[in-house]
Amino acid sequence: MSGDGGELGAGTRADFPLLGREVRGRPIIYLDSAASSQKPRSVLDAMNSYYETINANVHRGAYEIAAQATEAMEAARAAVARFVNAPSADEIVFTKNVTEAINLVARSWGGANLGPGDAVVITEMEHHANIVPWHIMAAEKGFELRWIDVGADGQLDLGNLDRLLDGAKLLGVTAMSNVLGTLNPIRRLADAAHDAGALVLVDAAQYVPHLPTDVQALGADFLGFTGHKMCGPTGIGVLWARAELLEAMPPFLGGGEMILDVRKDGFLPNHIPHKFEAGTPPIAEIVGLGEAVRYLEGLGMDRVREHEVSLTAYALRTLQDRYGPELAVHGPSEPACRGGVLSMSFRDIHPHDLSQVLDDRGVCVRAGHHCAKPLMRHLGVPATTRASLYVYNDTSDVDALADALGAAGEFFG
Amino acid sequence: MAGLEDLYREIILDHYRNPRNRGELEVPPAVQAVGFNPLCGDEVVIYVEVRDGVITDVSTGGQGCSISQSSASMMSTAVKGRTVAEVRRLVWAFKRMMSIHGSGIGGTGDELDDEPDSGNDAGDVKLGDLEALQGVVKFPVRIKCATLSWNTLVQALDETFA
Repeated sequence: MSGDGGELGAGTRADFPLLGREVRGRPIIYLDSAASSQKPRSVLDAMNSYYETINANVHRGAYEIAAQATEAMEAARAAVARFVNAPSADEIVFTKNVTEAINLVARSWGGANLGPGDAVVITEMEHHANIVPWHIMAAEKGFELRWIDVGADGQLDLGNLDRLLDGAKLLGVTAMSNVLGTLNPIRRLADAAHDAGALVLVDAAQYVPHLPTDVQALGADFLGFTGHKMCGPTGIGVLWARAELLEAMPPFLGGGEMILDVRKDGFLPNHIPHKFEAGTPPIAEIVGLGEAVRYLEGLGMDRVREHEVSLTAYALRTLQDRYGPELAVHGPSEPACRGGVLSMSFRDIHPHDLSQVLDDRGVCVRAGHHCAKPLMRHLGVPATTRASLYVYNDTSDVDALADALGAAGEFFG
Repeated sequence: MAGLEDLYREIILDHYRNPRNRGELEVPPAVQAVGFNPLCGDEVVIYVEVRDGVITDVSTGGQGCSISQSSASMMSTAVKGRTVAEVRRLVWAFKRMMSIHGSGIGGTGDELDDEPDSGNDAGDVKLGDLEALQGVVKFPVRIKCATLSWNTLVQALDETFA
């Protein structure tokens, strides 16, 4: 039992109703949490309870349940702020997902602050969500998009960082690669960016669910994450940003809720964070996210991280022992430098074919480019097969993956 | 529940391991078209050369899974030497076979255009070995793998006559 990381894993599995189901007569082996995690019963219950007992539109309602709905939503905001050590809950803007959070920054902050002669620096290992918004804005505003390349062992090549940051106004970087699992040195990057006069936007979609997060210690200016990868529901994400940045930024979407006053000749935007939350928010999803945060706090994020490091080490060792050079796991070789994301290339079996055989054995993995085509080109592969680990996985899941890979090898052998 | 043997028929694996008509043709006289499957990053390149309304040569390139590569290979052998009109009917019949309309799955299949005005009964088109790909319909996410080379062929033909 040395590799199972203690009480997490099999001990938490019972909290997740879906993990009790079978696929084709076998217990489900869920190894796709980097795409979306499963949800614990407490999150599902909180959302149901919201609908069954206090469902009403938030803010401005003078009646009891509207006040309770507002209270539940703002309590979730406070829980999220505490979870990432934000100085104030006013700095937590609810979005649809991290994609919308980054688009909000690109549109609002970028629209007001970027123009010809400026530069935005991003990395070759970004998810499309932290690439395409900058492509769109670069085409519109005429600024330059610069790239930090990926170097050896799945790490960013920071050799020419100072040159890339010279004249840059923003550095956009993922805290943890959704393909390689690489944990990037955010504090070091943030210090270098700030020295060069640039702000730092962190895509923390793969980080916040898996490691203790302190936005202040990371040195970020903007940080986005998404609820459904951290035991919460889909349709809810978060943009954290320093209050003075949010104050200075123009609104993103216009509509109800985001105004103080509207006249025929204009409008006065609301205070933060409401300035960026136009329209009726996804209240049940916000309540669910708040409960997800409480669930993860109950497990303890230090323990979550320990569990995943230990399980990742077990997985890397097991796959290496069983398949040696026939199976490549892309990204850092040292478990302490990475998250539990195992992007594999196995012999010359196409990831779609590999994942099909794995699915036949109830093993859920993701095959494809993982919304990181520049990185795929760097790796020289069209796609990879990605298994990803979370709080409910243990060594038995890794063993099932290894067995299923063997079956695929025989099938296509 | 569909099993792997429904998907990976022996003839499919044979075309995957030994693809026919693989390579490039000189452009022109050939026309080249590239198709992408944004889902998985697969990319297929189709070259066709048409003379007097007949597909005199066809070649395939690119990279992809066993389904997309075998479908491209089988497509190339099925269309070589046939008239463009015959091939358009064949494409229609193939896509009808790969359509999930009526199978109760719904959703992710390709849109099926109206039957081409052939003057013949297009329903009589013989699919032959191509019927081996029918099992793919039971795996809806893989349908686009099977139809990728066919849609790319249509692009190449449309460009030929543009």
